[in-house]
Amino acid sequence: MSILDLIIFLPLLGVAAIAFGAPARTTAKAVTGVNLLLGLAAWYLFDGSKDGFQLTASRPLIPVPEIAYAVGIDGLSLIMLLLSVIVAFCAMWMAPAVERHEKMYFISLLLIAAGAIGAFCSTDIFFFYAFHELALIPTFLMIGIWGKGEDRSAVAWKITIYLAVGSIILLAGLIALQAQLSNGGLTFDFEAWQQRAANDGIASAAQGWIFLTLLIGFGILVSLFPFHAWAAPAYASAPSPTSMLHAGVLKKFGLYGLLRFTPMLPEGLETWRNLLIVLLLGNILFMGFVTIAQRNLDSMLGCSSVMHMGYIFLGLASWNIVAGGDPIGYTGAVLLMFGHGISIALLFGLCGRLRERVSTLEMDRLGGLGKQVPVFSFLFGLAAFASAGLPGFANFSGEVMVFFGGFQGYEGGSLSRLQWATVLALWGVVISAVYMLRAYRNIFLGEQPDGLKVPSELAIDQRLPCALLVVALLVIGFYPKLFSDLLPL
Amino acid sequence: MMPAYYLEAAVVILGLVLMVMEAFVEKADKSLIAKMGIVGLLVVLVSLFFVSGPAEGDDAPIWSFYAVDPMALFYKGFALVTTILVLIMSLDYRSVLQHYMGADQEKPGAGIGEFHYLPLFTCAGLMWMASAKDIVSIFVALELVTISFYVLVAFMRRNVGSLEAGVKYLILGALSTGFFVYGLTWLFGLSGETELSKIAAALGNDDSAMVRYPKALLFSLAMILVGLGFKIAAVPFQIWVPDVYQGAPTPITAFLSVGSKAAGFVVGYRIMEPFFANHVAPQLVTLILAISGATILLGNLAAVAQENFKRLLAYSSISHAGFLLLALGCSSSTTSPVNVEGVMALYLGGYLAMTLVAFHVMCLVRAQLGSEDLSAYKGLSKRSPFLAGVLLVAMISLAGVPFTAGFIGKMYVFLMALQSRYFVIIALAVVGVGAGFYYYLKVVRAMYWDDAADDQSVQISTLSKVAMLTMVALIVILGIYPTPILNLFAA
Repeated sequence: MSILDLIIFLPLLGVAAIAFGAPARTTAKAVTGVNLLLGLAAWYLFDGSKDGFQLTASRPLIPVPEIAYAVGIDGLSLIMLLLSVIVAFCAMWMAPAVERHEKMYFISLLLIAAGAIGAFCSTDIFFFYAFHELALIPTFLMIGIWGKGEDRSAVAWKITIYLAVGSIILLAGLIALQAQLSNGGLTFDFEAWQQRAANDGIASAAQGWIFLTLLIGFGILVSLFPFHAWAAPAYASAPSPTSMLHAGVLKKFGLYGLLRFTPMLPEGLETWRNLLIVLLLGNILFMGFVTIAQRNLDSMLGCSSVMHMGYIFLGLASWNIVAGGDPIGYTGAVLLMFGHGISIALLFGLCGRLRERVSTLEMDRLGGLGKQVPVFSFLFGLAAFASAGLPGFANFSGEVMVFFGGFQGYEGGSLSRLQWATVLALWGVVISAVYMLRAYRNIFLGEQPDGLKVPSELAIDQRLPCALLVVALLVIGFYPKLFSDLLPL
Repeated sequence: MMPAYYLEAAVVILGLVLMVMEAFVEKADKSLIAKMGIVGLLVVLVSLFFVSGPAEGDDAPIWSFYAVDPMALFYKGFALVTTILVLIMSLDYRSVLQHYMGADQEKPGAGIGEFHYLPLFTCAGLMWMASAKDIVSIFVALELVTISFYVLVAFMRRNVGSLEAGVKYLILGALSTGFFVYGLTWLFGLSGETELSKIAAALGNDDSAMVRYPKALLFSLAMILVGLGFKIAAVPFQIWVPDVYQGAPTPITAFLSVGSKAAGFVVGYRIMEPFFANHVAPQLVTLILAISGATILLGNLAAVAQENFKRLLAYSSISHAGFLLLALGCSSSTTSPVNVEGVMALYLGGYLAMTLVAFHVMCLVRAQLGSEDLSAYKGLSKRSPFLAGVLLVAMISLAGVPFTAGFIGKMYVFLMALQSRYFVIIALAVVGVGAGFYYYLKVVRAMYWDDAADDQSVQISTLSKVAMLTMVALIVILGIYPTPILNLFAA
């Protein structure tokens, strides 16, 4: 029995409690609140000086192939776990009033949170995969039942089919990888995979196509260009807590998976690095311009979250660019995952609050709200600056490391492809600044248009989760060592 | 301990007793027959754990055509569980039956008694089929099943759809039997044996006609596959499925979809198994894989457009046959890490639970809301949160979401197919699964997103509730802990 068991099963217990009649909102808030404390306790119990998985517990379930319910965390999964519990807590607290099927609403949210937490804590690949899919159907229901917009039905299908197909491709890739590592019996135990990959290695040809399968599978889940079409409309339509959890946490699952499995497939990355570079530039530049063109706040945020995935892929692409080099790009990618998850959750949470109070999110028809709701606009500003990569926030420390990673080993002379990509990606920072600052100006500064309903200020119980998110961003922004020390060098 | 064939005898006797009772005890409520059948089958199900095969030195003739192995016992249990649930469904479906039987006011149950005891004979046939290891006894068992289905499919005699289904099933069933028997006679002609184990032994002998005339052997196997293709609803022998499923009374559709398919796969596996390790294996596997790929693709893509829930499940049943055939096609691969019998049993076990839940809900909705169209499911979450909940689990399991039996079955099939390197079929299966998510979630959408036209609620009896909850529990437990079934078949 590990503390991680508790963290995984508490939301599921909450689901059961709500199903049997406990008050939905209170239960969800309480469960995620306790989970946040448990997550911090796990951080406290975690010994950063050790390698490998800690706080482990394992229960064998299936003999062939070996599948066990096994949990454990290393530095990477600890960071993701912290991200999950923080965002889950804030999503429940910031959930707007629900008019129909309130039980179902919070059950779905808790299932999404449980899925993300379970996936990050599992050291068994079967459960890693299965927990992630736990969130699929609740997301479908959330968008379908409580989503907004005329085409929410089409949007819900789109995200569900995209993610289902991505998952099944991913499953094929994982099973193929497992078949390559079957020396000593089939197993889904991640540590056994690591060991076998380190000892026996995998044939390069197999590495190539397995990496490609995983890149497509995970890539669809992370909205890698050109598989990104599901993301922005889904986040724009979904109720804000779902967008917070999905864009903030769940989408990181694909990146987490790639960061986990790429070290086993170094030659696979080598083979497809150029392709990855092209695709990630698609995310940063193409989606960057698409984001600038958005007129609605919610679809702008959705597009921006797709765009920012490009930087994390850049961190991945720089992995092992210098054999045995400092994986600074990798560390940066992890920090950026955390920073982006927190900042986008804050943005979506505030956007949801705004939507509740004003009739439109069209940015041209808003304006001058800064004077009316100063705290709200201050928080929104912080999140927007963090998202645009202003120093002092976690996103900045991540992005800077990713860019350093891209230039690793450069000793003058002509630039390599990765370095060109890094130079181009740097322009993404400008693009982010353009749309984030413009959004801020349009909504909060300037003249207030006639007839605009003025939103009320954030209540105290709403400020608390926002403050938590801001603090997380600032702490990691000013002291990234807290997390970077957790990651293996 | 008692010999295993006592069970079939017990089921047949139970059926005969109920038949006599139906004829002579006029006053009795006809639902009593179904209830007695359920209790009787439950007793038989329990006694399944106390049966034995031939004792040492017992060479009674029956043991040469009657197998008692894990596979036989598993599928006997499978047949019993299916029949019990079909009987429970038929209780919920009574009002529809009464409507189409045109019973007069004085005898409201007239003509329905048969509907409650005939499934027992089908069950006996299915149980026998699970044990049959001789081509003659296979054929006889198959006919027992098919003939009782002819009656049951066309049972609602004042419903044109049911009659149409009956005629279609009769003609195509007879045709497929013809193909099947023709294949069996060729097999007998080539080997000179009717016992499957002796046929397998003869394969090892280079003088055997089966080895000398591989084309003739392949022809015979192809004919057998055609015959079985009808039973398991594989492309291109699936044409009858949507119409017959739609027209037949819903409990019988469920029975066809689960019982008949499982029996087809048991028989297929028993007949084909020796040939997978043989000189004809490459062609045989190619044939099975081609059928499998076509079945997965057609079943899933055709289901997308369906607006009638029953037809949707008919196509879904076709698509699952494709996945099971893919598992069967992996039989010849020596590198397979798990044995095919175990995976097929696991897949079919999960399929039983999720399909029967879906059809059970359909029975209740049909009886109380009067329709089988997806539009009748609009707002089901308001009418009955319980029904919507269990149907949700069944649908996501059919679609293959993790932590359900449907996922674990598919995962094992993928595992074996990847190990055997059947990449093309895997690509088709990915397309199929993607399409599956769409049409299974269409049902979920109707239940949860859309509003009902009125606020009529749906009543559920305690018996049905227990039955459905048991199946839902089975779906979830198998989805996390399939080990018992896999261990049953582990070497």
